[in-house]
Amino acid sequence: MGLLVCVGGIVLVLAAALVMIFNRLVVLKNRVDNAWAQIDVQLKRRADLIPNLVESVKGYMKHEKGVLEEVTKARTALMQAGTVEEKAKANNMLAGTLKTLFAVAENYPQLKASENFKMLQEELAGTENKIAYARTAYNDSVLEYNQTIQVIPYNLFAGMFGHAQKQYFGVTEAERQNVKVQF
Amino acid sequence: MATNPMPDRGNGQRVSFFDAIDANKRNSLLLIAFLTFLVFLAISAFALMFDMGWLGFAMGAVIAILYALFSYYIGDRALLALSGAKPVSREANPYLYNLVEGLAIAAQIPAPKLYMMEDASLNAFATGRDPQHSAIVVTRGLAEKMNRAELEGVVAHEMSHIGNYDIRYMLITVVMVGLIGFMGEIILRSLFFGGGNRKGGGGMLMLLGLVLAILTPIIAMLVKLAVSREREYLADATAVKLTRYPDGLRNALIKIRDHYQPTKAATDTTASLYFADPIGKKLTGLFATHPPIEERIKLLEKF
Repeated sequence: MGLLVCVGGIVLVLAAALVMIFNRLVVLKNRVDNAWAQIDVQLKRRADLIPNLVESVKGYMKHEKGVLEEVTKARTALMQAGTVEEKAKANNMLAGTLKTLFAVAENYPQLKASENFKMLQEELAGTENKIAYARTAYNDSVLEYNQTIQVIPYNLFAGMFGHAQKQYFGVTEAERQNVKVQF
Repeated sequence: MATNPMPDRGNGQRVSFFDAIDANKRNSLLLIAFLTFLVFLAISAFALMFDMGWLGFAMGAVIAILYALFSYYIGDRALLALSGAKPVSREANPYLYNLVEGLAIAAQIPAPKLYMMEDASLNAFATGRDPQHSAIVVTRGLAEKMNRAELEGVVAHEMSHIGNYDIRYMLITVVMVGLIGFMGEIILRSLFFGGGNRKGGGGMLMLLGLVLAILTPIIAMLVKLAVSREREYLADATAVKLTRYPDGLRNALIKIRDHYQPTKAATDTTASLYFADPIGKKLTGLFATHPPIEERIKLLEKF
């Protein structure tokens, strides 16, 4: 009888521990998914702004067809990207082409004075900032998730419960240097 | 009185964000119960002075509960109205709007509503009962005189107050303590100017009323002072975690110190809500509503 109670108690404690491990992993995974959704929303927003931008710029920048085509191409790549890595890469490409576009726009005073263009520029800059913040939040939650499924006791059950390492949303070397601001 | 959820400044930064949220929710509940009781006492004291007897207690209970509900559900709107802040639309200020939305993403909370006070001083505050019902208010001076990094630092600080439910705690404190202080004043004045005790009897009740009238505002004031200072350090630390750029917030604080001017719409009651002391009485120690700005600047250097 005493043995039975003992065994029963141990089983109960183990079951409780298992439930806690399971729930903790689910919570962390949901945090990653939620943070990813935030990035995705902003990437989509960015892609949605591009056609307007191209449209409003086209009239002024007749001799810069190549730049506009690059932007459109990068946008298409972003729309078609599936995995985290692909999206990160496409997003970086789009950021690069947009930078070129805005740099070239400096040569067109009329364009720079256009209210519509200024609005789009602010919206795109704002979206870029949001992507940066969303990426930080995402990478933080990935770090916590990846770390957790590697440590005892979580690593013993992570595979069984269908958890695997998540990918970081990468930062390229070029983007890192971007942070410098000059006045 | 378990009203101060934050440990002292020495280890304040080691408190995790989630601990702070739990502590704030729990303490908000305790505080609302305690302050409801104080409002009940204050109203009862008022009623006793006019010899209303037991009816006074019933009235006190009903009004206290109604006022507690008012504080929790629409107190934030009352505070916004008091400050004279007006909503900012995306069209009117896309720059500020995007900045707030970006930091909301960093804090992983829904974007708070954005308001602006027409005031040249450099200040801001946040209010609401939870992240889903919250607002950030900045002064026009802040929006115009701060650069992007500094503005992000200040907004991130306010975003931290929202994310960890400081706003709920502060909302209840400010709105309820405000009423208690106001009633205490009325009671004391009516005593000095010969009000009350018109029938000449009920000496014991009068005395009780007097004691309550003096005690409640003092207790309420102590509650308010106990809550507002330490959480500023935690919000500064969390702001750095959100922006990853301590110099932004630090430069903002330096700018506020060097170009200081009071925020006109702030009162003694609402002062503790603000990012920087809006009144500038230079009180230190127990009666200061804000930690010294030098101390905050110094702590940010350590990141």
